[in-house]
Formats: sequence, C-alpha cells, structure tokens
Amino acid sequence: MEAFTTHTGRAVPLRRGNVDTDQIIPAHWLKKVTRDGFEDGLFEAWRKDPEFVLNRPERQGATVLVAGPDFGTGSSREHAVWALQNYGFKAVISSRFADIFRGNSLKNGLLTVVLPQETVDRLWELTEADPTAEITVDLVERKVTAPGVEVGFDLDENARWRLLEGLDDISITLRHEEDIAAYEAKRPSYKPRTLPV
Amino acid sequence: MGRTLAEKVWDDHVVRRAEGEPDLLYIDLHLLHEVTSPQAFDGLRKSGRRVRRTDLTIATEDHNTPTIDIDKPIADPVSRTQLETLRKNCADFGVRLHPLGDVEQGVVHVVGPQLGLTQPGMTVVCGDSHTSTHGAFGALAFGIGTSQVEHVLATQTLPMAPFKTMAITVDGELPEGVTAKDLILAIIARIGTGGGQGYVIEYRGSAIEKLSMEARMTICNMSIEAGARAGMIAPDETTFAYLKDREHAPKGADWDAAVEYWRTLRTDADAVFDHEVVIDAAELAPFVTWGTNPGQGAPLSASVPDPDSFTDPSEKLAAAKALEYMGLEPGKPLREIAVDTVFVGSCTNGRIEDLRSAAAVLKDRRVADGVRMLVVPGSVRVALQAVEEGLDKVFTEAGAEWRHAGCSMCLGMNPDQLKPGERAASTSNRNFEGRQGKGGRTHLVSPQVAAATAVLGRLASPADLSDATELAGV
Repeated sequence: MEAFTTHTGRAVPLRRGNVDTDQIIPAHWLKKVTRDGFEDGLFEAWRKDPEFVLNRPERQGATVLVAGPDFGTGSSREHAVWALQNYGFKAVISSRFADIFRGNSLKNGLLTVVLPQETVDRLWELTEADPTAEITVDLVERKVTAPGVEVGFDLDENARWRLLEGLDDISITLRHEEDIAAYEAKRPSYKPRTLPV
Repeated sequence: MGRTLAEKVWDDHVVRRAEGEPDLLYIDLHLLHEVTSPQAFDGLRKSGRRVRRTDLTIATEDHNTPTIDIDKPIADPVSRTQLETLRKNCADFGVRLHPLGDVEQGVVHVVGPQLGLTQPGMTVVCGDSHTSTHGAFGALAFGIGTSQVEHVLATQTLPMAPFKTMAITVDGELPEGVTAKDLILAIIARIGTGGGQGYVIEYRGSAIEKLSMEARMTICNMSIEAGARAGMIAPDETTFAYLKDREHAPKGADWDAAVEYWRTLRTDADAVFDHEVVIDAAELAPFVTWGTNPGQGAPLSASVPDPDSFTDPSEKLAAAKALEYMGLEPGKPLREIAVDTVFVGSCTNGRIEDLRSAAAVLKDRRVADGVRMLVVPGSVRVALQAVEEGLDKVFTEAGAEWRHAGCSMCLGMNPDQLKPGERAASTSNRNFEGRQGKGGRTHLVSPQVAAATAVLGRLASPADLSDATELAGV
C-alpha cells in the first residue's frame, strides 16, 4: 500500500447523499481481473451528463472528493476504491461512510475523512464559489484545512499508523503466526470443513 | 455483565487481542466467487503465499453466469475470462469449486447454507456484502473487500475494528400476506440506509422466532442495506432441525457437542445493547420501494411521497432525485405503478420457499400481456427441488421464463438486464440507479407481491388478485 501523510489538492463537491458503490463503479466493470483501468467507469452513468461536476473543466485534476452522507453504501466491491484512485482521487470527505467501503479505502491508501455535515456544507460552498480553492488533508496532524476552514478529524491510531507507514496488513498478521496456529489447535472437531464428504 | 449473541461469537474467535490494535479474529468459513477474488489470488502469487486453509474455503460461480444456454460457451469474453480465472485460481491453490453446470453451483449465499457449511457460532466471510445472510444461523457473517479476501486466504484471520450492538425486536404475529421481505424493507425504511452503520444487529422477538430458516436468511441478507456490519438471529430448534443431516453438518457425537455449544449462543438476560428498536409485527403490511435506495420504501397501500414532506435536507434532495430517476410523480398510488418486468430470484429471495410462495400466487393465472417475468432459482439444488414439486411448470404455464441458477438480474452482470426506462418489480435487494441495467427502474418487493404484480401488470399483492378476478366476473 502507498503511504499517506498529507495531501493538498483541488476539490470536487459532490452534493449527493447515499452514493452507493453501484454508482461509483457499475457492475459491468467488475468483470476485470486487475486492480487498474477503472477510471473511465467512475460514476459512469452520471458522467454522461456534461454538466455533472466531474465533467466541468474547472474540476479537471482535482484530487479531493467532498461527498454527501452515507458515501459508499451497498456492494462490498473494492473496485469502487480502485476506480476513485485510478481517476486520481487521494482523499474523500463525507459526514458518514459505509463500513465496508471505509475499510477498503484505508487498506488501499485512499484516505476517507469523516467531518461533521456543517463542515462538509462549508467545503461545498467554498469550493463551488472558488474551484481553485485547495483542501489539505493532513494525516500527520489529523486535520483538514481550506481557506477559512481548519478542523480536526478522528481516525483510530492503528489505522493511522498503517496508513502513515504504508504497511501491508498480511505481513503484520503473519508476525503472529504462532497465535494463529495455537488457536487452530484448539478449534472444536465439530466445526465444518469444506472438503468433500 | 452479560454478553450479547454477537459478543459471544466474537469472543470465541479472538486469536489475538492487544491494546490499541483491532482484535485478530479467526475465520471459520471463507466463501469465494469469481468477481471479488481474482486480484486477491494475484496478490498471493506476487508475494509467494499459499491459501492457509483450503479446507475452510469454498468457491462457486454466480455473478457472471448466464441463466440460459449454459451448455454453450459464455458469449461475453470478459465474463468468460473472469470465470476461467476463478477456475485456474482454484486449481492452482487447491480450493474446492462448484462451477457452472455442477449440481452444487448457485448463488454463494444459497449454496453455503444448503450444504450445511453455515452453522451457529461461526465466523463467515465472503467478498460480497450479502454475506450477512449467514447470520440467520447465529453466525457472525460479514462482507469484505478484495484486500481482506487476500488476507483471509493467506492467514485465515482478519483484524476487525470493534462493533456496536443493536437489538431489533419484532413481537406479535405477521398478518396474512406479510413476509420476511416486507418486514426487512419496513425495518430499513424505519432506521435508514445508514441506521445500522457500525452495528451488528440482532433480530429477536416472537415474530422472528416463528420464522423459517429461509425467511430468517431473507431478513439477515438485507442487514447490509441498513448499513449494518452484520445481522444475526439466535439459533434455536428451527436452526438445528434445518441443519440436521445436511452434508457438512456435524454427525454422531460431534452433533451432540455442537448442539450443546449452539444452545449457549443466546444473548444473556442482563446483556445491554447499544441501541434498541421495537417493531409491532401486527402493524406491518406488504411493503415496496419507490426510490433508488432500499430505505425509500412504503406500504403498498401508500402513495409516492412528496419530496417536500421530508424535513432532512439531504433526504429531501435524495427523494427528489430518486423520483426524477424513477419517472414518478408525488401522490401517485403505488398500486397504480405499471411494470414491464418481474424478477424472482437472488440471495434475498431465490430459495425454495420463495419459489413456492410465488408459484402459489401464479397457479392457474397468467402473467399479464407485455410483462416479462424471470424466475431464477438461487441454486441448482433449489431448481431441482422446484422441478420435483412441479413449480417450474406453474411458472412456464403462467408465461414466466424458468431460468438456470445464478445472481442474474439482481445486478445484471450477465445478459439478464433491464433496458433504459424499463421498470421492474424485483425480489432482489437493491434498487440503486442502474443496478439492474443502465437506466432501469427497480421496485423491491416480496415474492408474493412479485407474482401478483406479474399477473396485474402493476404493483399488487395477492389480496388484490381476488378483487381483480371478482371484478372481471371470472
């Protein structure tokens, strides 16, 4: 995973709540067997509208998505995170994320930041009024800054550490291989096995 | 202080607990399918890792598989590649696979329980959000992303952040014609698509205890649509009777030991939930969605709501956008919404009881002219059972299409899709924009409502049918 420390970039204000992962990346894109090449599928249906915010010339090259509440609901498809990253997003701000999407994002180094809806509203107004306004998401200091806005955010210390260091979960877990083996040794015999019976 | 069911199952799976770290949980069963696993196997290859416990892992093909002409090569080359990739990965890493054409093939969440692999007190994961289905057995079951799929393949564990507990208590009797699907749609409308966020929900109360295992699976299946981490129902005699003698259920002395443990999997009387919701079953009615998320639902007897009736600004905006997408006007009675497609199937409502209840409504009736009805069994085993009972004949004689098992039109990854502007009554779980095909419009319904809707060509419950026949003088 790529490490995340701090990032500054222009924003895409997405005034929609309940953006489900079917909107982020429609199912027909999920047939690919790679982690890249999903950028053209990002918000595919909405992008057919030339006025959709992502299509506006002033939003080209923006890297921070500011979205409505309950972002990433629905399907567990990690392709949603890959699509956002493939497109160029480094961070997503919302007042509430769906659990699976949030977990997927943090495992891929896409920083999902939870801020109160009032702050999201301010960031929307600010970046709509001035598309060149930059937002800084600072994981070291755990704060988001933009012209006239400075607000802290929470992220559990363990997730933060793994992001800052760009650590791979599997190798961390495998350091505790003895614990796993010890647990396996005492699993009851009635637990099912998938081998054909 | 006592513990909840979810806390008991969690505690029994902690491999490692350390201050400031997420608990490392052991995973008893890992289900795989073709869509969310290829990148995970790739990761294993790149790092030279193996699958730690092939004996706790099983794969099936469901999302991409066609539901007609299954003996012919798959037309879509990208779908074909994905299925071939799963076959190669399972062969290379020694994972049991039930491919298209196999008698155990089907939707992954239908296959696990019917094989008896899903049992009380287990941890079950799959790279699919509807893994919550397995919570019906008192298992802690959650959907995971592809990075976590790779993690489980390599370590048979997952680091998991702590959860909160929610009790949804449903007491009383469900009225005639009100099913588990109506109940869960009503629950989601009440608590919202984010209402369960961070929670493991335990469904309890007398109305839940009376439900069959298949109905319980329908309830737990849609926990994710309320944003919950998982949904669970405490195991009881109904659970044990369902499991007894299934292929992978414990046998002999193991069965007795297992049941003894399973009986301990109940929330203690003095346990405290972080949040509680109480619902009176008697007040429920057939429920359908009118919008583009599963929380935008109402009783079938209601009308399309006015976005201005919502006080929350984001709900108001969401309702307005949903009505625009759905092509609906506020105030239109839901019963007057005409459909051109009816879909019966999916991990929510593709099991034998669902097919029986749809067939009971369709028997000696006809699908309305201009309506296409697809019946897609959840698994090959479900299909075989349906054929044995003659249900396939009921469907085809009514004018419905009887298809092969798979996810099909629930998400339209195979050719079973809505065309732009088409409107479906669907027994699946998601009414998101474009979910069943670009520009397609979805109303989520129970199998009974789906069948009645197919007959009348507009949203309807079986109760409407007797009226309709009387009025027509038949």
